Amino acid sequence: MKIAGLLRLTFIAAIAAVVGGNAFAAETNVAVAANFTDAAKEIAAAFKAETGHQAVLSFGSSGQLYTQITQDAPFQIMLSADDGRPKKLVDDGLAVADSRFTYAIGKLVLWSKTKDYVNGEETLKAGAFAKLAIANPTAAPYGAAAVETLKALKLYEVVQPKIVQGNNIAQTFQFVDTGNAELGFVALSQLAGEPAGSRWVVPQTLYAPIRQDAVLLKKGVGNEAAAAFLAFLKGPEARAIIEKFGYGIDGGRS
Amino acid sequence: MNGLPPDIWQPVRLTIELAAITTIVLLVVGTPIAWWLARSKAWWKEAAAALIAMPLVLPPTVLGFYLLLMLGPNGPGGLIAGLWGARTLAFTFEGLVVGSVFYSMPFVVQPIRNAFAAIGDRPLEVAATLRASPRRAFWTVAVPMARPGFLTGAVLGFAHTVGEFGVVLMIGGNIPGETKVLSVAIYDYVETSQWREANILAAGMVVFAFAVILSMTLIEKRVARTGA
Repeated sequence: MKIAGLLRLTFIAAIAAVVGGNAFAAETNVAVAANFTDAAKEIAAAFKAETGHQAVLSFGSSGQLYTQITQDAPFQIMLSADDGRPKKLVDDGLAVADSRFTYAIGKLVLWSKTKDYVNGEETLKAGAFAKLAIANPTAAPYGAAAVETLKALKLYEVVQPKIVQGNNIAQTFQFVDTGNAELGFVALSQLAGEPAGSRWVVPQTLYAPIRQDAVLLKKGVGNEAAAAFLAFLKGPEARAIIEKFGYGIDGGRS
Repeated sequence: MNGLPPDIWQPVRLTIELAAITTIVLLVVGTPIAWWLARSKAWWKEAAAALIAMPLVLPPTVLGFYLLLMLGPNGPGGLIAGLWGARTLAFTFEGLVVGSVFYSMPFVVQPIRNAFAAIGDRPLEVAATLRASPRRAFWTVAVPMARPGFLTGAVLGFAHTVGEFGVVLMIGGNIPGETKVLSVAIYDYVETSQWREANILAAGMVVFAFAVILSMTLIEKRVARTGA
């Protein structure tokens, strides 16, 4: 009897702590394109330190996140890897039109774990590899950019039988990281903590800029933390983190 | 909206191929294992059985993760792939067969083991008194008597391989005609908002699953009636 009473008290206290915590700091659910994973984590931490609000991050390919949002997923913000899907969400009536802005401009890299392996487009032309990893081009903008690059180099037909597709850019990275594919097209941001191997930053002339747009979803309207997060994302502190991870910033400074 | 993508049936064919080959491999590999599990008196027998049954409990991601490392250039899979000049077994049809064999093994071994165990010692002793060698007794007595177990194991092994998703997603690389099986194709269609195509394949899977389970039940009923 005594123990049961004690347990009940603890339970009530725990509930009070949770509810009480929420009264001061709000929470917002953010859908994040996989290429922005590391940067988003750092930004969320800085965001929490500054505002006390919690940004709960979910990662996936932009296509996957888009589909989930159209099916009523509980996200309040989307950080896409393209500008097409946020625009479509606005058209679908699922996002707030004037909240859309480009938070980062992505850069595509050809990367290998092996030193001196990647040597510019020559490596692709020589074709001395068995597997080239790219992200699924229909779901992931970095995959589409990879295909665009290969087509611009007139190598797509030749290389196609060697292509393996990651479900999103994170899986593509992991295919190369485990050595299962000798090389792959990944996001420059993913190589931030990865000095080893060899890389070729694909010239911007070979693919259309990857404009990564953020948008406030209808579910986030009126959420204090969601509004604060978007404001924070535009601020100097977040921008510094974004640039540190190798992204360009809108405004032509890259 | 008219006209389906021409490659929509490719995953279906590939899936059937994968499931058929996996089932055959499992019948060949699983039968001696099941026999041993049913007949052996070794104290560590149940530990071995538990090892084989583990994919029932483990998330496919665990299997997928270890397979990715094992099949890769730094694992035994890379060594084997080296025999024909490749670097890795991941992203290949063969790699999927290896993964599926592990993943579906309990579904084949368990029913066969049960069927062998149900025979008991007596028929085999009788065969021995009729001067049948153990090998002959196995083929002419044990295997025919365990037929329902083989049938159940084969159907379950096939069906479970068709239903595989997580492992293939992690080691497949989504290559059309090589590793893009049905479940992955459906996921792909859903992810890229091609819902009509997703619907066609998904509805087909629903019908397939229903047919498998129904026919399993009917087989079992018939076996129970004839006492085979």
